[in-house]
Amino acid sequence: MSKAIVARPMVLTEPAALALEAITCAFPPAARGDEPYIAVRDASLRVGKGEFLSLVGPTGCGKSTLLNVAAGLIAPSSGAVLVAGSPLAGLNKDAGYLFQADALMPWRSALDNVAAGLQFRGIKHQERMRRAQQWLERVGLLGFENRYPHQLSGGMRKRVALAQTLILDPKIILMDEPFSALDAQTRELMENELLDLWSSDRKSVLFITHDLEEAISLSDRVMVLSAGPATRPIGEFHIDLARPRDVSEVRMTKRFLELHKKIWELLKAEVLKSHARQKRG
Amino acid sequence: MPGKSAARPGGVRLLVYRLLLLIGLFAVWQALTEWGVLPRFFFGSPLVVLEKGARWFSSGKIYKHLAITLLETVLAFGGGTLLGLAVGLWLALTPTASSLLDPYIKGANAMPRVILAPIFAVWFGLGILSKVALGITLVFFIVFFNVYQGVKEVSPVVLANARMLGATRRDLLRHIYLPSATSWVFSSLHTSVGMAFVGAVVGEYLGSAAGVGYLILQAEGAFDINTVFAGILVLTAFALLLDWLVSASERYLLRWRPTSEAVREL
Repeated sequence: MSKAIVARPMVLTEPAALALEAITCAFPPAARGDEPYIAVRDASLRVGKGEFLSLVGPTGCGKSTLLNVAAGLIAPSSGAVLVAGSPLAGLNKDAGYLFQADALMPWRSALDNVAAGLQFRGIKHQERMRRAQQWLERVGLLGFENRYPHQLSGGMRKRVALAQTLILDPKIILMDEPFSALDAQTRELMENELLDLWSSDRKSVLFITHDLEEAISLSDRVMVLSAGPATRPIGEFHIDLARPRDVSEVRMTKRFLELHKKIWELLKAEVLKSHARQKRG
Repeated sequence: MPGKSAARPGGVRLLVYRLLLLIGLFAVWQALTEWGVLPRFFFGSPLVVLEKGARWFSSGKIYKHLAITLLETVLAFGGGTLLGLAVGLWLALTPTASSLLDPYIKGANAMPRVILAPIFAVWFGLGILSKVALGITLVFFIVFFNVYQGVKEVSPVVLANARMLGATRRDLLRHIYLPSATSWVFSSLHTSVGMAFVGAVVGEYLGSAAGVGYLILQAEGAFDINTVFAGILVLTAFALLLDWLVSASERYLLRWRPTSEAVREL
């Protein structure tokens, strides 16, 4: 891993937007007498300023745990989280979090959901509604302001969630398989829209997925995580595909296939391990 | 009569059938008492019952009593709901207090609380306060258990999301726990309004100076069975009206909830 950091001297000169250093997460045992469950062991990673970093790993490998640590929702058993160089205590206020599951408030309309963060920050009603309206427009939901989440499709709900997070202008965006519940077409559409939004102001992104194609087509860098328990990064790859990208077109390029092959060789072993473990378990 | 496989009658026809059933029941009642199958002294006569009821409304005598019963119902419902909401939120969010008080709450809920009516009569007198107190003890537990459940079932993802969006503890209470809990309260609205009504009427029946329950008590004391039945009819009509009002407000307040039709539409 150190090799990669040397290859990007920029990361050394200024503190990373987000750095996880030697993170270990142990959860209390399910039954008395069992060993505590180590979800993550000795994991380190850095997300550079404006960098799009993806973590790929087999399902159930503790990816979400790592993200929750970065968000400050879980305190690690040991290790440190650094946000722009300073250690994190409590919630990560610089970060926006896009969850895998539906996280919208079902009793609020789309507009009120988008405005929620501004409301928590004490922004006046008129101002926050104006800005929420703009964001709904940006994610292509003009005319859906007064719909409740249950009246929106899965893709639309994701757009609302995206607007809800981005309206607060977070320095770091954490994403936990945000599009995994969507159908293939909607998913590609959302991935392209995400890239569009991201390229307009280049925030740091930590993106989690089990889908290697998604990881490669979106990211600047992909890190592969080992199968759980005791997950840690076991390899990283720079994605030198030109931007701006179209996620469906980029998947056809030669370079993409080379990268895919290279990363898959490493990932495959972990996926098999995870499968074997699940079968036994 | 519609055949087995025929669609259920709808709209106006259904209404007509329902009215015919009601008239039929009254006719049977009338016939049985007229022919002496049922003794009139105990079962009254529907025609007299209806006449008594009509006279109550035409003379305006009933309005004062209805107003009092309604006031008691509304106060018991409001008081019980507010109390249940406050205590439910408090206990659901403070595990220590909830485990300490758990057996007491279970005990108080298991107790047949109607038995408290005489005590309330002693404490608060024969006015509306004693009925409101009884109604509150009935409504409180329904609301309390629903709020408690509502808070416990808040989606952890929605909660984590709100925290990431910068919600403070107060914001969470106001914008997450309270809406979630109130939605559970609204879904138990029928039961709690019904219970408030029961509290008011039973309270009046056990000792009062006004209210529909009082009218029934008076008539019973004079063995005037027709008036007792008239009172029961008025109460039933009144209860149906309340239930309809609840349904209407429920439709408005829970409009954010998916209905089966809305799901199908997608």
